[in-house]
Amino acid sequence: MEIDPFIFRLSIFILSIFIGYYVVWSVTPSLHTPLMSVTNAISSVIIVGAIIAGLAGNSENIFNTSSIFGFLAISLAAINIFGGFLVTQRMLQMYKKKNK
Amino acid sequence: MSANLSAIFYLISGVLFILALRGLSSPETSRQGNLFGILGMVIAITVTFLSVGNFSSGFVYVLIFLTIGGLIGAFIAYKIPMTAMPELVAGFHSLVGLAAVFVAISAFLNPEAFNLGSSGNIKLGSLIEMSIGAAVGAVTFSGSIIAFLKLQGIMSGAPITFKGQHPLNALILISIIVLTYLLCSTQSAHFFWIMLAVSFLIGFLLIVPIGGADMPVVISMLNSYSGWAAAGIGFTLENSALIITGALVGSSGAILSYIMCKGMNRSFFNVIMGGFGAAEQSGLSSGSKEQRPVKTGNAEDAAFLMKNASSVIIVPGYGMAVAQAQHALREMVDTLKKNDIKVSYAIHPVAGRMPGHMNVLLAEANVPYDEVFELEEINNDFANADVAFVIGANDVTNPSAKTDPESPIYGMPILDVEKCKSVLFVKRSLSPGYAGIDNNLFYKENTLMLFADAKKMTEEITKNL
Repeated sequence: MEIDPFIFRLSIFILSIFIGYYVVWSVTPSLHTPLMSVTNAISSVIIVGAIIAGLAGNSENIFNTSSIFGFLAISLAAINIFGGFLVTQRMLQMYKKKNK
Repeated sequence: MSANLSAIFYLISGVLFILALRGLSSPETSRQGNLFGILGMVIAITVTFLSVGNFSSGFVYVLIFLTIGGLIGAFIAYKIPMTAMPELVAGFHSLVGLAAVFVAISAFLNPEAFNLGSSGNIKLGSLIEMSIGAAVGAVTFSGSIIAFLKLQGIMSGAPITFKGQHPLNALILISIIVLTYLLCSTQSAHFFWIMLAVSFLIGFLLIVPIGGADMPVVISMLNSYSGWAAAGIGFTLENSALIITGALVGSSGAILSYIMCKGMNRSFFNVIMGGFGAAEQSGLSSGSKEQRPVKTGNAEDAAFLMKNASSVIIVPGYGMAVAQAQHALREMVDTLKKNDIKVSYAIHPVAGRMPGHMNVLLAEANVPYDEVFELEEINNDFANADVAFVIGANDVTNPSAKTDPESPIYGMPILDVEKCKSVLFVKRSLSPGYAGIDNNLFYKENTLMLFADAKKMTEEITKNL
């Protein structure tokens, strides 16, 4: 019997939760705020779904209800991607060691 | 681009996201980690363009909307003051949530584009995944909006509770499950829309009863939700980058919530049920009625004490953020250091309104991160320090967390400020902290209260040093 591809995706999901668990525990507490902003930025990889939705319309009918939601989602996710990564970068630049 | 090849690229971008989080284990590697994250995102977006391969005029609009969002995001990222990070993060969470909802809606309306079957005949598994993604996304959106309004001060930080709140919430949660079931069995769009509306509603209702001081937990929790929403959509789209990221973000937020709850010695459930501050105040008024004498001082006294100290520990709290006193504080510390006084900073896990809030503010003020210590690292040093300078913190120093089993914060780990030879408290007034509890430390022999705005007081102390 063939295994449903869903099971493979579920495996990726479960294993990633474990990776996340160990990786996040190793994050130093002083970087917890950048951790939140960078997780915010990467969760906006949901933009791939938005792009597929936006490009689904054909050339006569670029804007239909479905693609409009896609376009809006692209903008929302883009705010997060740019805002999230840039603000994280800005914060990380500020963490300096004692200058001797 | 073939489906297999793009799947491999999505996997690569997922791995890069893991490395982005891994980089945060130390400030030195963190900047590189962030670049990995950006690279992962660029790969994911490029591969999506190539795999759709439809470079018609729709493509132009995608770029336009991408640019609009990108410009807004970049503008916000450069303009936002560091003190407003909690609001910003809450706002960003709401956008992830809404984006998840929008993607789910377009997948529901046009399942052909996503290979999920046809309208009115969507594959059952996809429909369930889509519903979970949409519902969690909606909860993330409306919950984050409330958190944002509370942090921004537009909405009162006080918990809003009403009778029958918990049964109502339970009823709504059950109705979401029922609606999802009905949606799956009938494929009717009506149920999809009602389910979404109800999910938005429950997001509001869940966060409204949670008080301002519990915001670190709320923000972390919403962080987690935004991850689960992304994972739900990832399953729908059969996209491994999205599944990996969703799982990472989901567990990251969950761990942060756990750390924050532990920092307050409260169970996660207890925080979610809400209504902290409000219920406690009534019970406490009886015990703290009598006016006890406090020693108040001015900047000169404080400067005198610190000048004669050999080591000083600074305890910053939310009050420092509100007064924007971090730069003034760093100047004061510089002056102290010139006088050969050892200075370190002690950060309580729940200081501020989000995890790591104080660390970012101190970093902004050019405080080297190796002078900043977590509770476990520094707590033993208080006994040997001469002066503890508490600026805008209160509950996290309250000794009743150790001594008074009646206290609502009993059991919460605290910074042992009381063990210092002398304690300086910069505060606006004697008013109790967020938890509404009187702090015995105010009345101790070796405590000097400095009633003033944190920034002004710190500046004056510097002048007197």
